[in-house]
Amino acid sequence: MKRPSRRALLTTGFSAAGLAVAARLADRYGLIPPDHGGLYGPGATLTYAAHRLLAYDSLAREFPRQLISARPFANPVAPPGEDFKRHQAEGFTHWRLAVDGLVERPASLSLADLKRLPVRSQITQLACEEGWSYIAEWTGTPLSEILDAVGARPQARWVVYFSMEHGWWESIDMADALHPQTLMSYAMNGGDLPVGFGGPLRLRVPRQLGYKSLKFVARLTVTDNLKKFGKGLGSASPEAGYSWYAGI
Amino acid sequence: MAGSAWDCNAASGPPRHTVLVRVTQWITALCFFALLLSGIEILISHPRFYWGETGNVNSAPLFQFPIPASRGSVPTGYGYVLPDQNGWSRSLHFQAAWAVVFTGALYVLAGLLRRHFQRNLLPAPAHLSWRALSAAPAAHLRRTPPDEAEAWSYNLLQRLAYLAVIFALFPLAIWTGLAMSPAFVAAFPWAVEAFGGQQSARTIHFFVSVLLALFLLVHIAMVVLAGFRTRVRAMITGRLDAPRENA
Repeated sequence: MKRPSRRALLTTGFSAAGLAVAARLADRYGLIPPDHGGLYGPGATLTYAAHRLLAYDSLAREFPRQLISARPFANPVAPPGEDFKRHQAEGFTHWRLAVDGLVERPASLSLADLKRLPVRSQITQLACEEGWSYIAEWTGTPLSEILDAVGARPQARWVVYFSMEHGWWESIDMADALHPQTLMSYAMNGGDLPVGFGGPLRLRVPRQLGYKSLKFVARLTVTDNLKKFGKGLGSASPEAGYSWYAGI
Repeated sequence: MAGSAWDCNAASGPPRHTVLVRVTQWITALCFFALLLSGIEILISHPRFYWGETGNVNSAPLFQFPIPASRGSVPTGYGYVLPDQNGWSRSLHFQAAWAVVFTGALYVLAGLLRRHFQRNLLPAPAHLSWRALSAAPAAHLRRTPPDEAEAWSYNLLQRLAYLAVIFALFPLAIWTGLAMSPAFVAAFPWAVEAFGGQQSARTIHFFVSVLLALFLLVHIAMVVLAGFRTRVRAMITGRLDAPRENA
């Protein structure tokens, strides 16, 4: 067997070290998605890194009132469980949004508590990965206001959010969590958010496709490590074969 | 044969296609196959097209394909729903898109630096006269055998088709694809406003893909007619043998 030349060894060594340094830097600057492993990891990482480098804090498009869709559409959801039916019968007066993890003051917020925080309304588009879309006006509490109220710690890197619908959970990075248009929305087109559209609470993330806008949100967890949740891929979507980042 | 173009077949002569053209051609071919397959899978989840900013099953489509869908919410008239393939289809689509963008950028950059486009693809001004342009398709359809010089270059219709694919269809496919990304258009709203909305961009993306697929079909048909083995060998090894199959 031929011994590798010194030059080949040095080149390989420097390339490996260079790649390792690049990976460390990319991770430090938040350019690596939690589902970066696997066959489609390179493409997913390129998309996420490109969007974070080029458009970290750009605002999603907002539309004039006349562009609000007359007949919006929402994918059907599984029939609600007993818990949900009870909440619905009570008009969601006992619905709670639990906020925990890396926060100074863990909280359990009612809809009334949320409505006492600053309000934002915006007319944005919801586009589904299937190809359809609609425009509606959403009203709610900016997630940044909730994180401010509970005192999110500086080491926070992700916000994980859970639906009351069993098995549905998602997460976003701080670029989206602190983004002014990321709303914990409780109203749509001027009325209470309909159950079919995720009421009483839906986290609207308008810079990403519809599946990141989780319905029936009941809990938020602030974390610095997504490995602790599910299979460690960031959300239920990659576990079902869908990309964690859905800005495309 | 001394002094004729065929001397270039000697192992030392210049290749018919440069290494860069051959490598980028096959990577692009592989990516296009992946994009087409995954694109069809994505289309099956919602085989309806719209115009303007928004569209969903509650609004009138511009047109709809009479095929079953992979989502039960789409009214197709079929009593069954196809399996959901969108997860891997979308991931493969975007990964192949990145690969084809890098490959295409390398090809275009090298083509400009080495004057490949000027020398081999831009038609001579004399060939762009109305007469030459109108005579070309008829000559093509009569299947006049290419002369020796043509085997070493591209004819007028080929040049125009390749230029359209490289500088119009591929860029438009990439642009309309980006115009569907909510994060991309947050940063560059004009990218989607230029088409009049996200659903218009999706519809144009579809038609551009159809044109690219048609180009591919004609391209393969022409390769077969011009001598499949000779042409494909030239595109793999770079070497062009005597045109036995044209004899």
